[in-house]
Amino acid sequence: MFRYVVKRVLLAIVTVFIICAITFFLMHAVPGGPFNREKALSQATIDALNARYNLDKPLGTQFLLYLKGLAHGDFGVSLKNGREIKAIIGESFPISARLGLSAIAVALLLGTVFGSIAALTRNKLPDRVIIFFSTLFTAVPSFVLATLLLLVFCIRLGLLPVWTTDSRSYILPVISLASYPMAYITRLSKTSMLDALSQDYIRTAKAKGVSKWKIIFKHALRNSLIPVITYAGPQIAYIITGSMVVETVFTIGGLGSKFVQSINNRDYTMIMATTIFLATLMVIANLICDLLYKVVDPRIQYD
Amino acid sequence: MNEEIMPKKAPLSLQIDLKKFEKATDEEKIQQDVMTESTSFFRDGMRRLMRNPLAVMSLILLAAIIIVILVAPMIVPYGYEEMLSINGKRDKGAKNLAPFTYSEAEQRYIDQGNSRFPHIFGTDEQCRDYFIRVIYGARVSLSVGFFASIIVLIIGLIYGSISGYIGGRTDLIMMRIVDIIYSLPDMLMVILLSVVLQEILHFKSGSALAALGTNMVSLFIVFGLLYWVGMARLIRGQILSIKENDYVLAAKSIGAKSGHIIRKHILPNCLSVIIISTALQIPSAIFTESYLSFVGLGVQAPMPSLGSLANAARGGLQSYPYKLVFPALMICIIVLSLNLLGDGLRDAFDPKLKR
Repeated sequence: MFRYVVKRVLLAIVTVFIICAITFFLMHAVPGGPFNREKALSQATIDALNARYNLDKPLGTQFLLYLKGLAHGDFGVSLKNGREIKAIIGESFPISARLGLSAIAVALLLGTVFGSIAALTRNKLPDRVIIFFSTLFTAVPSFVLATLLLLVFCIRLGLLPVWTTDSRSYILPVISLASYPMAYITRLSKTSMLDALSQDYIRTAKAKGVSKWKIIFKHALRNSLIPVITYAGPQIAYIITGSMVVETVFTIGGLGSKFVQSINNRDYTMIMATTIFLATLMVIANLICDLLYKVVDPRIQYD
Repeated sequence: MNEEIMPKKAPLSLQIDLKKFEKATDEEKIQQDVMTESTSFFRDGMRRLMRNPLAVMSLILLAAIIIVILVAPMIVPYGYEEMLSINGKRDKGAKNLAPFTYSEAEQRYIDQGNSRFPHIFGTDEQCRDYFIRVIYGARVSLSVGFFASIIVLIIGLIYGSISGYIGGRTDLIMMRIVDIIYSLPDMLMVILLSVVLQEILHFKSGSALAALGTNMVSLFIVFGLLYWVGMARLIRGQILSIKENDYVLAAKSIGAKSGHIIRKHILPNCLSVIIISTALQIPSAIFTESYLSFVGLGVQAPMPSLGSLANAARGGLQSYPYKLVFPALMICIIVLSLNLLGDGLRDAFDPKLKR
């Protein structure tokens, strides 16, 4: 177990390092410096700016300095508005985190519930309806769903506010963000529930006269949750990228919409910092899910 | 053979004694007849696929869409980037028309006894026929999906088969590389690469690559760089199990070369897995393209893709919701039918699920 954990943590650290390197060198491959403006600056000013931001040093040294800054939580300065990126992330990330965590919670909860219902009523009406909708929702891009929800509920019907800090305005973004993972988890947990229900221990429990609900909750559901946990890791990556779209549609000032803005503005330092930040988050989330998977299911070997 | 013409049997010879045999009756002969034709793996799978109503329906739907997007540009007299004009004069009133309506100038033109092709989906804010734009958008999106999957397939196939067949140290190193690429957050890397490639890539105007546009080319490069790892893993796993079979050993023992064994014995046996995952790769590529279009990194204007059309429609959503609905519906139908077809193929061709 210990060896496995160490190995996974090391791999995660290497991955984060590679992400930093790729991001840094790709961004520096873009032609033109950050101080190229329409109004030409004097050579002395450019030299002073280059010295201030270490741009006069060789690329390798710059990378090391950048890493050193990252380790101290210093992401640099946004090229467009000159603000500290750390401050931008600090104020916008909590909004995204709240949105994303609610979406994951909704997707996991409703997904397993619907999946279990579908498995228990196999080939009957509830199963058909659930599978129909979950198949449908895997084919709708999140920005289309978000836009349609916005149009119907906020603009046409006026039932919900467009975006305020009020918790009611989280409803639509969470729905649009959670729909795809929910549909996927529903299908996944249906198959794993069916698999669990056909196991010998279920038959033994039935033969012993254990009540139906106890069998479902205590024996079948617990075992069917294991594959769902493995899937939660990649799902976090989906939620993070999906939140860029959903936040832009609902004009939520979270980190996702800031990222899309910085792409459209070609704000390279901001793109670089946000990519590294979000990527590290995804790697950590995946790591936790992988380790959790082994804790939940002791039958799995640590190789 | 007749008993009389048989030579007399010597007491100790091992010659067959025909007296101990009797002729087969007609009934017994029938039992030897082959009742059904022997089927190949492929034909068997196709038969099972055709029995799946959802898969057949999506196949028909996809065929219909492909026919429409191939034929429609020949019938509809408008171009996808052509601003509407009458008798060579630009029709400035034909802006944001609702489906099946005409602008005032067009109405006058029709009243004069001329015929004018209807705007099936209306027009957009630059007086362009929206139907033809959606058709071209579907063309672009489908071909992005298709070619991206082919690129993924080719790279994954070559990498996976080499790694799986050689095994040992090579396999270990090659798979470590795959592990690292696999653990990179793909969407973020796609965005990053697209941003950078758009700045770096410059094509000579008039070349084939320039016609595609930098965004399209960088999209394909991104797919070629990142998305093949899943396919490579899958094929490696297949090859690891297939190469242990006796027929591979037999081929090796009569001196077949590695390339020959991979091509003739191993790949045909993992064909079903390859087909299924390629079929499921297309919708995910279409999704990725529409996502990138949304973020502003998709195909270049005036070339439309379904994603960029849907994204552009968000601006005038309140007044012209149909401009979002048409391309969005198109994405949904294409992705849904490809998903259902992929599921159907998996059920039909995956022997592990055979019941």
